[in-house]
Amino acid sequence: MILQGDKIVRQYKHKSGVINALDQVSFMVEKGDFVTVTGPSGSGKSTLLLSMFGLVRLTSGTVIFNGQRIDDCSDRKLTEIRRKSVGYILQSFALIPYLTTIQNVMMPLALDRVPAGEQLKRASEILDFVGLSDRMDHLPRELSAGQQQRVAIARSIVHRPAIIMADEPTGNLDPALSLEILEFLKKINREQHITIMMVTHSPVAAEYGSMKLHLRDGKIVIRNS
Amino acid sequence: MTITKLVLLELWKRRSQLITGLLAITLGIAVIVAIQSVSVVSEQNVARNLDNLGANILVLPQGASIDDYYTCDIDAPTLPMDYVERILTSTISGVDNMSPKLTRRVKAAGQDVVLTGILPKSEIASKPLWQTAGLIGTEIKTACAPDQAANQSHGMEDEKLKRKVIDTLNFNDCMAGSQVATKLKLSANSRVNIMGKDFRVVKILPETGTVDDDRIFANLKDVQQLLGIENQVSAIEIMGCCNAISEGLLGQLRNILPDTRITTIGQIVSTQIETNQLMKKITLVMLIIIFFVGGISIGNYTWANVNERKREIGILRMMGAGRAVIYRMFLLKALLLGITGGILGYLLGTVAGVVLGPYLAGIAVKPVYLYLLWSVLLAVAISVTGSLIPTWLAARFDPYNNLQED
Ligand SMILES: Nc1ncnc2c1ncn2[C@@H]1O[C@H](COP(=O)(O)OP(=O)(O)O)[C@@H](O)[C@H]1O
Ligand SMILES: [Mg+2]
Repeated sequence: MILQGDKIVRQYKHKSGVINALDQVSFMVEKGDFVTVTGPSGSGKSTLLLSMFGLVRLTSGTVIFNGQRIDDCSDRKLTEIRRKSVGYILQSFALIPYLTTIQNVMMPLALDRVPAGEQLKRASEILDFVGLSDRMDHLPRELSAGQQQRVAIARSIVHRPAIIMADEPTGNLDPALSLEILEFLKKINREQHITIMMVTHSPVAAEYGSMKLHLRDGKIVIRNS
Repeated sequence: MTITKLVLLELWKRRSQLITGLLAITLGIAVIVAIQSVSVVSEQNVARNLDNLGANILVLPQGASIDDYYTCDIDAPTLPMDYVERILTSTISGVDNMSPKLTRRVKAAGQDVVLTGILPKSEIASKPLWQTAGLIGTEIKTACAPDQAANQSHGMEDEKLKRKVIDTLNFNDCMAGSQVATKLKLSANSRVNIMGKDFRVVKILPETGTVDDDRIFANLKDVQQLLGIENQVSAIEIMGCCNAISEGLLGQLRNILPDTRITTIGQIVSTQIETNQLMKKITLVMLIIIFFVGGISIGNYTWANVNERKREIGILRMMGAGRAVIYRMFLLKALLLGITGGILGYLLGTVAGVVLGPYLAGIAVKPVYLYLLWSVLLAVAISVTGSLIPTWLAARFDPYNNLQED
């Protein structure tokens, strides 16, 4: 088991009252799983995904990662876990606009103080893997949406994380490009044995899951594995 | 990739925005550098004027002003010659040298000149500038006279003058200041007619940059006779020992010299000194204003930059960048802004000082290279201090809220 959430609660205080974005959510992810999280808009999918490694702080509940409780860790410790062991892919690609493809992909390595030569070697390899060797010096705005998401995928795996957290990675892409991205994720999951937790509202994408969670109003209503 | 490279790439990408960030700091530093460059020269001028005047106490007739002393109008008041003896025969200590003078504006060769009667040896002995020029022997040395080496730089080198040591100025002989000499086309051994009397020019004095350049010096007795003011002088210049002056030499002199006005050179140049002190205060006030205005302006710029990059900060935090990385990103940028602003401000201020100095303060201003260091240090301090609060806030941004789609 690589990731476990136990009775996770996240509340948002709002004018109209307290919103339970996550309400007593419990689940377990095994190493090598491809987890898909589905549910209607506002059901708490993003909150769940981002709360695992401290990007959203939990109101209560426990998170265990690689056998270690991490929900009560310091910001510094959670930052280190994200840097070393987690890769994120977002719907909006989240690339740094003034960095080229290769520079964006090297960023996680730079944050981990990997030497320049090693950065270049690993980033080139990964870009080769996602088929962007000929776009290394392009800025994000000079790339198509599909290409940008492939850069984001490359960036999320370049530091060899244990788990990839993807929040609607195909949400901004047309069906053909979506399939391409999903195939990449499947390949990463199969060949590199990286665990994947993917939020999606696309039924097609959900079919890629080896384990499927369905959320409604902050609660897990269907669990398939 | 490194964080430094990230900062440089971002700087370059948003280079047009830099101008607003740099403007306040550059102008601020420029103003300070300009004021400082001008006032440092002004201070040097005071010091040089003090040296050039030679004597440090001036005994003037009652009712005479310093202006009278310089303009030497025909009806300027005088004081009796005996006062010199009174000082000599008194028990007052601390008077190292004395030079009685009679000065009048007269016609020479049809031109307006200032004629000063002096008692040669003593007159010259109290002029450090002329000592430098080799006009006197070394027998008159005073305990606190400005030392020769210090004056060397101000004096003109003139080998001929050096060899020809004169400690007397004979009747019918005169010496001409450099400007008078030019005006009247005088040279050594030429002759000049002053008020109908024929004088031989024994020497053209080296340029001193003071009123003395406009004067013709002749023997005091000669001048008194010529002007018909026997046994009267316009002023007695005294070289007093510095310690003695602070210990009440002026008061003692006043006791034995009634109906006189006794003043120190320090008082004479005090207006200039006051101006310089005012400049210093203005600089200090400017410094404080610039620190705040510059700091706030840079802070404002950084805050705008932080807000523009909220999402980028969120992305970096998501990828595992700690708060230290956010600090480094923005403070390194502030450092680079500071260095650039400091250098630009120094260049602008120096140019302004050099160009405007002669117009505004009437003095030639030279670049002070040391100010480059201070400009950069000050600009960096302002820039980094101003960026601290926005950076602190940026490091505390909630990554999640800033990751949301825009
Ligand atoms: N910063 C916030 N402040 C208040 N409420 C929020 C905030 N973020 C999310 N929510 C609420 O939490 C619930 C879950 O949101 P989210 O996890 O983004 O849903 P999903 O990703 O499934 O569409 C929603 O009802 C949303 O309105
Ligand atoms: Mg969402």
